[in-house]
Amino acid sequence: MIKLVLAPSGHKVVEAGDGSEGLAKAKAERFDLVITDLNMPVMNGLEMIRGLRALPSFTGVPIVFLTTESDDGVKQQAKAAGATGWITKPFKPEQLLAVVTKLVRA
Amino acid sequence: MELDPAETFRQEASDLLDSLEAALLDLGQTPQDSDLIDAAFRALHTIKGSGAMFGFDRVAAFTHDFETAFDLIRKGKISADRDIITVSLAAKDYIRALIDDPDSTDPIIGEAIVEELQALIATGATGGTASPVGAALGEPPAVAAADGAGWLIEIAFEPDILRNGTNPLVLLDDLRALGSCSIRAHLDGVPELGALDPETCMIAWTVELEGGCTREDIEDVFMFVRDEMKLEITPLSLAGSADAKRPATVDIDAVAAAATVAPAVAKELQPALTERAAGERSEGARRGEDKTSTVRVQAERLDELMDRVGELVIAQARLSQLAHSGTDLAIKSIAEEIERLASGLRDSTMGVRMVPMGSLFGRFRRLVHDLSRDLGKPVDFVTVGEDTELDKTMIERLADPLVHLIRNAIDHGIEAPAARAGTTKSPTGRIELAARYVGAQVLVTVQDDGAGLDATRIRAKAEEQGLIAAGTPLSEHEIHQFLFHPGFSTARTISALSGRGVGMDVVKRTIEAMRGTIDLATVPGYGSTVTLRLPLTLAIIEGLLIRVGEGRYIIPLSAVEECVELTAAEDARARGRNFLNVRGDLVPFLRLRDLFEADGEADPHQKVIITTMGDTRVGLVVDQIIGSHQTVIKSLSKLHSDVTMFSGATILGDGSAALILDVAQLVSLGQSRAETEKTPEAA
Repeated sequence: MIKLVLAPSGHKVVEAGDGSEGLAKAKAERFDLVITDLNMPVMNGLEMIRGLRALPSFTGVPIVFLTTESDDGVKQQAKAAGATGWITKPFKPEQLLAVVTKLVRA
Repeated sequence: MELDPAETFRQEASDLLDSLEAALLDLGQTPQDSDLIDAAFRALHTIKGSGAMFGFDRVAAFTHDFETAFDLIRKGKISADRDIITVSLAAKDYIRALIDDPDSTDPIIGEAIVEELQALIATGATGGTASPVGAALGEPPAVAAADGAGWLIEIAFEPDILRNGTNPLVLLDDLRALGSCSIRAHLDGVPELGALDPETCMIAWTVELEGGCTREDIEDVFMFVRDEMKLEITPLSLAGSADAKRPATVDIDAVAAAATVAPAVAKELQPALTERAAGERSEGARRGEDKTSTVRVQAERLDELMDRVGELVIAQARLSQLAHSGTDLAIKSIAEEIERLASGLRDSTMGVRMVPMGSLFGRFRRLVHDLSRDLGKPVDFVTVGEDTELDKTMIERLADPLVHLIRNAIDHGIEAPAARAGTTKSPTGRIELAARYVGAQVLVTVQDDGAGLDATRIRAKAEEQGLIAAGTPLSEHEIHQFLFHPGFSTARTISALSGRGVGMDVVKRTIEAMRGTIDLATVPGYGSTVTLRLPLTLAIIEGLLIRVGEGRYIIPLSAVEECVELTAAEDARARGRNFLNVRGDLVPFLRLRDLFEADGEADPHQKVIITTMGDTRVGLVVDQIIGSHQTVIKSLSKLHSDVTMFSGATILGDGSAALILDVAQLVSLGQSRAETEKTPEAA
C-alpha cells in the first residue's frame, strides 16, 4: 500500500518482508528514507532501527515508523533507538505523503 | 502467575481514571494549562484504545464520544470552564462504572452525559460561556495571535538530532510556509573548526514569525522533535524588547551553506563518529527502558515479604546472640555479615512498601470539589507534601479518617460565604492538607480557615450529656477532647454529611491503632487544625531494649529523647515528688518498677529515659538500658486489647518475648500524675 502511494509521486520504493531483510537491503543500497512498522517478524522494528543507525551510511537518513497507538512510551523507545518521526495508523495516503515530503525534501 | 487480561485492563484503567480526575480537577484551577489538557486527553485515549482491545466495547464507545468532545478543548476551541469540568467528572465516574459493573449502568445516563457535554461545548464554542476564568485572569487564550502580530519562537535542538535524520533547515522552511519569518541563528555553541563535529547540532535559532497562524500550527512543525528540543513560543505582542537579548546574528543563508558542506566532512570523520554514536545510542536505549521498568505487585505479596523479613530479623538476632556468646571468630564474622544483610533487606523491603501520600491526597480533591458544590461553600483545597512517603497499609487505613476530617472542616469549619462576608476573610474558604516528616514520624495536618471550635458550646453539650459536672474547671484543650467522645456532636442539625456524632471517636481510635496520635488546635474565628502524628511504618521499628526487674521491654527509639542517670542524690532529692531537673526543666517521671510491680531490689544505678510525645516529656525510670534492638512488632491478642500500657510485643534474640511500651499512654499517665502532684503543692 505504501508503494502504491509513493511510487506515483516519483519515489523509488524498495520493499523488505521483515527487519533483518530490511537491514540487509539497507547495507546494499543508499536510501533517502526508511519507513518501517514496529511489529515485524524475525527482527522487530526497534531492533532494525538500532541496526540501521549503527550503519555509517545511515547517519542522518530519516527513519519513520508506523504505530497504532499514539502511545508516548512506544514513541520514546523508537526515538531513543534513532527514529526520526512516526505515522499513526490508520493513516490516509495524504498523511503518508506529507510526512515523506517533509523529511526527504532537502 | 496467569493474569487475566481484563483484570489488567481494569487496574490500568483505574490508574488512568485517577490521573484523568486529577488532571480535570487541576484544570478547574488553571483552565488554560495545555499540559493538563494533554494529560487528560492521553488518559482518555489510552482507556479507549485498551478498552476496545480487551472487549470493553461500551467503555470504548463512550470514551470515544467523551474524547471527541474533549478534543475541542485540546485544540483550544473552547476553554475548560467549571461546568465542563463537572460534567467531565461525571463522565469519568460513568466510565469507572462501565468498567467495574457494566450491568448496573444505564446507557441513557451515558447519552445524557455526552449530550450535556456537547451542549456545553456548543455554547462555549460560540462564545457564550467561553473562558470566563481565563478572561478574568487576563491569560492569553490558546488561540492568541489573532491580532496578527505573530510569534517569537526560540528554538534549540538536542545535539544529536542530525544523526537521527532530522534536518533543522526543513523545519525552518516549514515555519516560513506559515508566514513571513525573520530568522536569526545563535552560534555561541559552535566551537573552533578543529573541534567541530559536523554531525552535532550546535546552533540555536530565534524566529520572528508574522502572520495569523496559531500556536498549534507552530508546534505541529516540530511534532517529531518536540521532545528533543527546547521550544518557546511567545506572542510577539508580549515579547516586547526581545531584540535586546540578540547575542550574535548571522545570515541564515551562510548557515545553510555551512550545513551543506557538513556531509562531505562527515564522510572523513565517519569511523570515529560511528563508534561514539553507538555508545550514546545504547545509553539512550537504556534510558528508554528505565522509564518502563515498574512492576505491579499484589499488596498481599508485599505483606508476605514483610512477614518473612520480620522472621528473618528475629532469627538473625538469635544467631548474633549465639555467635557473640561463643568464641568462634569465623561464626562471629558470618553473624555480623548476616546482620548487615538483614538490616539492608529490612530497609529495602520497607522502602518497597512506601507509597507517596499524593496517591491518597488525589482522592480528596474530588471529595472537596463535590462537597463544596453541594454545600454551596466555595473552597480552595491546597495539598502540601504529596511526596511524603508512608507505609502502604497505613495509607489505606488513613483514608477514612482523613475523609472525616475534611468533611468536618468543610461542613463545620468553613462558614457559608454570607457569614464569611462579614469578616476579613476571603469568601472562598481554604483547606490545607499537608504531610511532612518529623523525625521517624509523619505529621499530617488538616487545616481550615473557618470559624474554629466553640468551646462554650462543646462544654454545654458535654454537661448536657452528663460527661462532666456543671462548672468543672477545664482547660480549652481538655474541652476539645470531648469531640473525640463516642456519640458526641455539637452540630445543631444533622446534615447528610456530619452531625451524627459518629466519626471523631472512630478517627481517634483508628489513628491510635496505628500507634499514632491526634490533636486539635483552634483559634476561634480563624480556623482549626487537626494534627495526626503517625509512625513511618507498622511492621518493624528501632527500639531501645531496657530491663525493669526481671522483665525486658522495648521503648520505640523514635520516642526517646535522651537517657540520663538517676543518681542517688537526685533520687533522694526527688523523693515523693517524682520530678527531675533536666537542664533547668522540670520533667515528671514514672518509676516503671512501681508501675509494673517488679520484684526485687532496684538497681543501684537507675536510668531515666526521657520520652516525648508531642510537646510533652516524661521520664521513665528503668533498671538497665540494654541497647538498641530491631523490633518486629507482633500485635497482642484480643484478650489483651484492654491493656493500655503496651502497644505490642516482640521476640528477642534468645527467643523470649518482650513487651513494647506504649509511650503515648505512658506520657499522658505521667502528665496526669504530675498534674495531681502539682495541685496540692499549689494549694
